[in-house]
Amino acid sequence: MDIIRNFPAIAILLCLFAGIFSSGLKEKAAGLVNSCLIVIEIGLNLATLLYTISLGDSFVYVMGKFPAPWGNELRVGVLEALLALFFCVIMFLSMWGGKHKLKDEVDPEKTFLYYVLLDLLLSSLLALIYTNDLFTAYVFVEINTISACGLIMIRQNGRTIEAAVRYMIMSLLGSGLLLLGICMLYDMTGHLLMSNIHEAILTIVAEGQYTIPLLIMIALISVGLAIKSALFPFHAWLPDAYGYSTVSAAAILSSLVSKGYIFLLIKIMYRVVGIDIFRNSHITDILFLFGLMGMIFGSLSAIRENDVRRMIAFSSVAQIGYIYMGFGMGTEAGMVASIFHILSHAATKSLLFIAAIGLTEVSDGKRQFIYLTGSGYRNKMSGVTFTVGSLAMVGVPLFSGFISKLLFSQAAILNHGKMLPAMIVLAISTILNAIYFMKTVIRIYTPVPNSPYPPMDLREHWRYATALFLFIVLNVVLGVFSDPIVRLISNGLAMLG
Amino acid sequence: MSKKKTQADYEKTFSYRFGRWLSGSKDPFLGQVEMKPQKEWSVPEETIEERMREEQMLHDKIYDIEHNKTLRRFNRIYTFVAVFFCFLLATLLLFTVSYLPQTGNAANPANNQVSSRYIESGLQETGSVNIVTGMILTYRAFDTFGETNVLFIATCCVMILLMLDEALLKRLDDGKNDRVLEPKNDVILQSAAFLLCPVIFIFGIYVVLNGHLSPGGGFSGGAIFGSGLILYVSAFGFKKTQRFFNEQIYKVAKITALTMYGLIGSYFYITGANGLENHIPLGIPGTILSGGIILPIDICVGLEVACTMYAFYALFRRGGL
Repeated sequence: MDIIRNFPAIAILLCLFAGIFSSGLKEKAAGLVNSCLIVIEIGLNLATLLYTISLGDSFVYVMGKFPAPWGNELRVGVLEALLALFFCVIMFLSMWGGKHKLKDEVDPEKTFLYYVLLDLLLSSLLALIYTNDLFTAYVFVEINTISACGLIMIRQNGRTIEAAVRYMIMSLLGSGLLLLGICMLYDMTGHLLMSNIHEAILTIVAEGQYTIPLLIMIALISVGLAIKSALFPFHAWLPDAYGYSTVSAAAILSSLVSKGYIFLLIKIMYRVVGIDIFRNSHITDILFLFGLMGMIFGSLSAIRENDVRRMIAFSSVAQIGYIYMGFGMGTEAGMVASIFHILSHAATKSLLFIAAIGLTEVSDGKRQFIYLTGSGYRNKMSGVTFTVGSLAMVGVPLFSGFISKLLFSQAAILNHGKMLPAMIVLAISTILNAIYFMKTVIRIYTPVPNSPYPPMDLREHWRYATALFLFIVLNVVLGVFSDPIVRLISNGLAMLG
Repeated sequence: MSKKKTQADYEKTFSYRFGRWLSGSKDPFLGQVEMKPQKEWSVPEETIEERMREEQMLHDKIYDIEHNKTLRRFNRIYTFVAVFFCFLLATLLLFTVSYLPQTGNAANPANNQVSSRYIESGLQETGSVNIVTGMILTYRAFDTFGETNVLFIATCCVMILLMLDEALLKRLDDGKNDRVLEPKNDVILQSAAFLLCPVIFIFGIYVVLNGHLSPGGGFSGGAIFGSGLILYVSAFGFKKTQRFFNEQIYKVAKITALTMYGLIGSYFYITGANGLENHIPLGIPGTILSGGIILPIDICVGLEVACTMYAFYALFRRGGL
């Protein structure tokens, strides 16, 4: 047995250990542990990805002595390893980009707790990606929810506390629905392991038993995870949570936490229920509809917003809408497009949050557009990065957003029933995106004679500038070398089932 | 013939005090115990009025129910829709449950090879007489490690919200005690705690150590131990508790427990997954040193749960350990 097979399990356990250790450390040491941890995680997941590519198939890792239906197990394929690697990279860049703001945002006595939360959040994301057991997934969903709440409220002012309370209520409602769904699944199949549930579901469907509970179960799980990942009608918690928390937390929450739940939903679609049964339940049509509505209403709210960070947060609602629209098509092409959009949105949204903080910093910390005028000249690196992010979001070629929009349109063409609405809404949404992102870009590049605010010295903030540069590189790589990544995703999807 | 004591000497003896207590002419607690009657919770009239005025102003300015017809309509529709939605969800779930397999039926899908292996060969494979503990700590050990981490992260979040910094805590401790509204050194509570705490501690330790033999285990035993700590601290105050359980010891205990659990767990997962031999002996089922990894893990879980319980109480009450 190859030693690399242990890496996913070691990656999860290392995060938990790092979190536990950091709770006894001081601020600086905990930060160091966190950075080292993420670098090690990148290495471990890269090795796993290369190993699964060379293996050409997914492998199962039994956690402990007891095999599948009795014990816990992980199942690792190309898609899982790719997402895990990508999440670790994004987390590293977001941490680096927001580190210089941390001492203003968080009470220094409690900064070590911030790192503890981040370590445990990473562990829960990795566990959600790798696990092959629904109940393990639920346990780590809990860790994910609590640590996300902590990350929102660690910057203690009234708005974050309110945002955290709102997030907590919505997120717990989502967890509750997910748990109900899992209970029903267990009642019908008698298993908690994804592969075994799938076998049992196939016989149930073949015999025509339990049609109504099966439908309700799929609906409960989909709605539960949709609430947690802020699909359109359930997005009320999102703007405050992303808009007022610390910068790194906002970047991580928007690009990773919601994506973890979305990936869990993909796994439930493919590995637990089976994509054909899922499609035949017509829950996909509802997801499609909500996705389309999210694409339009999220963008409309973003246009109305006068606060740059809340605007970026509302744009997340639209982007999550894209992802669910891809699910809703129910075809493989749609799913590939959605997964590519998960990557592209994660790379772009964290970039935008990190770049926006540079712009507000040279505007006396004010976030309204009127103060941001000309800030692109005062902080050149942030200005360029924000422009890149905006172009990617709108879908200009060379950047990642273009590829995901291209994939979505290709998927829509292949799907006869949903082609027209998907294409129309895609076009409208692109225009709306362009309106609010280009408005901001024009605003930050409008020159102001004798601005009262001093420019930012990038040599002092070399870490921030490097993070921004790496974000741009990541975005361009996703946009230019998309072909191998798309191939990896479709290979991974084939292994997922 | 015994020597006659002087009056002053006689008054010091136990029999004199006992006699007076018996006849009711002196209360032995008078002067020894602070007998402050509980203060009634009262807020000055002006503060209440001011707060009401502020609330009214907020209400008028922001919501302006009188004039804002849209908001009034929204409130009414909101209540109606919320109630309707709850009923709908409840009906839907009840409707679904009626299609699910009946509870207790032997032919249910849940009664499959999974549970039968737990019941039939659980004893040989885990060495634990208590099947439940055996199942959660060996077959599904990874889930339980995650669950313990949920407790850990919950304490972290409560710390973020409620922990006060050292200087503020010192100032609070110097002047006023945290129990402003309660009499200090309540003799009844202290006597009861003096008798009960050792018993509770020993029972907690017993439940933890016998998790693999009898009902209980780390989670329940730790909860018992933690409640003993809470009783102790509410009877004797934080100063006395800090002599044996302060923040430093709390941190050391918590980190040691979780790390030990993690190390034992990782050893178990990784050897098991790679088909290596696991050097932790299972022992003879029924004896105290049996059950392989269950006993040490139970101790770790118990310690972590006790720490969590106490930390919650202390943070909510005082803002520090």
